[in-house]
Amino acid sequence: MKRVVALLMENQPGALSRVVGLFSQRGYNIESLIVAPTEDPSLSRLTMTTEGDAAVVEQITKQLNKLIDVVKVIDLSLDKYDGRELLLIKLEASPNTKSEVEKLGGKVLFSNDSLLNAEFVGSSEDLDKVVNSLSKLKPLEVVRTGLSGISSTSKTLTI
Amino acid sequence: MMAKERLSGAEALMRSLQDEGIELVFGYPGGASLHIYDALFNQQAVQHVLVRHEQGAVHAADGYARSTGKPGVVFVTSGPGATNAITGLATAHMDSIPVIVISGQVKSHLIGTDSFQETDMIGVSRPIVKHSFLAQKAEEIPLIIKKAFHIATTGRPGPVVIDIPKDVTDPAYKFGYSYPKEIGIRSYKPVDEGHSGQIRKAAKLLLSSQRPVIYTGGGVIQNDASEELTSLVKFLNFPVTNTLMGLGAYPATDKNFLGMLGMHGTYEANMAMHNADLILAVGARFDDRITNDPAQFALNAKKIHIDIDPASLSKIIKVDVPIVGSAKTCLTQLLKELKKHESKLDIKKLEPWHDQIKKWRKKYGLDHEMIKKAPSSGKILPQQVIQSLYKETKGDAYVTSDVGQHQMFAAQYYHFDKPRRWINSGGLGTMGFGLPAAMGVQLAFPNSTVACVTGEGSIQMCIQELSTCLQYDLPIKIINLNNSALGMVKQWQDMQYGGRLSQSTYEDSLPDFVKLTESFGHVGLKVEKFEDLESAMKECFDQKDKLVFLDVVIDEDEHVYPMLEAGMAMDSMWLDKKTKTWE
Repeated sequence: MKRVVALLMENQPGALSRVVGLFSQRGYNIESLIVAPTEDPSLSRLTMTTEGDAAVVEQITKQLNKLIDVVKVIDLSLDKYDGRELLLIKLEASPNTKSEVEKLGGKVLFSNDSLLNAEFVGSSEDLDKVVNSLSKLKPLEVVRTGLSGISSTSKTLTI
Repeated sequence: MMAKERLSGAEALMRSLQDEGIELVFGYPGGASLHIYDALFNQQAVQHVLVRHEQGAVHAADGYARSTGKPGVVFVTSGPGATNAITGLATAHMDSIPVIVISGQVKSHLIGTDSFQETDMIGVSRPIVKHSFLAQKAEEIPLIIKKAFHIATTGRPGPVVIDIPKDVTDPAYKFGYSYPKEIGIRSYKPVDEGHSGQIRKAAKLLLSSQRPVIYTGGGVIQNDASEELTSLVKFLNFPVTNTLMGLGAYPATDKNFLGMLGMHGTYEANMAMHNADLILAVGARFDDRITNDPAQFALNAKKIHIDIDPASLSKIIKVDVPIVGSAKTCLTQLLKELKKHESKLDIKKLEPWHDQIKKWRKKYGLDHEMIKKAPSSGKILPQQVIQSLYKETKGDAYVTSDVGQHQMFAAQYYHFDKPRRWINSGGLGTMGFGLPAAMGVQLAFPNSTVACVTGEGSIQMCIQELSTCLQYDLPIKIINLNNSALGMVKQWQDMQYGGRLSQSTYEDSLPDFVKLTESFGHVGLKVEKFEDLESAMKECFDQKDKLVFLDVVIDEDEHVYPMLEAGMAMDSMWLDKKTKTWE
């Protein structure tokens, strides 16, 4: 099953390479990875998705916790969580492109006579559907950020 | 307030090491570390040992750390100096040994330009260190050193790399030095005490078991918990077995000791594990050389696991009572809890189990009297060499080893009664470890007997350190089990590859070890016949102030047994070339 692990780490050079290195070193398969500084500039937040059973994810979180740069780790998928990712898409402009995009809940970011850029925000499954629906328009480029998430319980990933 | 003393980065490094209480550093200078070596020259408190290869420096620091419990420190230069340290770092990492490697790096502005002797040391060492630091300013050095020692020596210990660009140690730039008294690292707070509820559960299981085994590893040695372990064993009267890394944690000559377990463990230790109804694992990690096939491992046993590293718990074997904490504290807690329920302790209940173990031992236990029987071939058996060594050193030497058959024979036949006496590369299995490790031990204990049990394959991997031994007057005794082959490789080829000895022999190209040792300024001895073994061993150890290389020509056909059969349970062992316990 799909697992979503989120962590806070020191916003320092080398920290990200330790986290990413751990995944390859221990043979964990990473589906997506997203990382950015938090409102506390000393910390970065990283969210990753992976396929695996509970034991594999437990081992991943334990190994992550061992890294000195990692401050806190949670497995969001243990409880309910809200997961969202951003999809950016470049399409050839045609008379009904804009309406197609808006019908699917997207927002046009830019358009001219030949091109149109749009954004969609949603769960990974929603975005899969969007990509599927827009495939008939033969998109020129599709960009996905990978999943970020927040727990839907009182649990928080803060220090 | 007194003005702070102004020091350069290099001087601050040396002062920080002094403030950390470091007396000994192993290393090898080079371009990027010249400022550091100049600061070393200008102080007396820290002694430096010049090795002949950086791998030797890290193994020596490692041997120092394993034997003393104090961190080992290494200086290397950038590029090849740093990469030569990698095998030593990986060795220390696998066995959780506190070693600090301080590597010179090219000047900051040259990093990333493929400049002369540049290697991304932080990147190259990343998977084999507990943590690493890149010093970007001289002012950072004291705090980095403080953090590095804290991280290396606490929790589950491990190696730390500090990479310092040359400009950061520039003597022209000085700053106000002070050494931090305390540090807090928000993301690093090792747990010491075990959860009291889990301790209670563990005590209950221990008291109700009928076929218990206590299985302990390197964690008990590292955490200096041998006394606590011994008290617990004495209280419960349980049988106890140690891993290769854990030998000496429990006195090997005690009646409750089963010997080593695992791949080349004793029959009785492996049988006891397989048939146990309860296993208490302390500071051990159920690695593949212990469990054999994890799916068939001790299926009828409840398992309690005490470990400082939460990631070791239920990593390979799902345990019933996981306890995160230090071996010393958790064993103390456990004994205290058990004493509360002393009335429930039924020593009689264990009698059938002890009887069963005695039967196993009688049937297929190791023969510790082989030295008394001359082999009909007249050739010396490797086991006899270890028995002779044990006898000659009265069981009280520090014994380092390399990797291979000789290592297993030493582990099986030298009875370690004290912790930190058996120094070997268990996890990584690094050939070339033994001699430099022995240097670290001998420097830490100049008046003690230090023996390096090795083979003609392993010893050649760091033989250059014989030169270091002369420079620092290290009277190590090298016991070379010479079978003219890479013995363990040969054993596997004999057993699994139809005796096709692919690249495991040297076609008469071995050096004359006696002459070779003499050329390094030491004493070389050679023994070939069984009847000369004990007198040669005596002659070797009688030369107290000299390094003696005793080249022992042994029977080249000897295999190490018992040996677990791959892919099966722990009770499936080869006991000699023809006898196996299954089918």
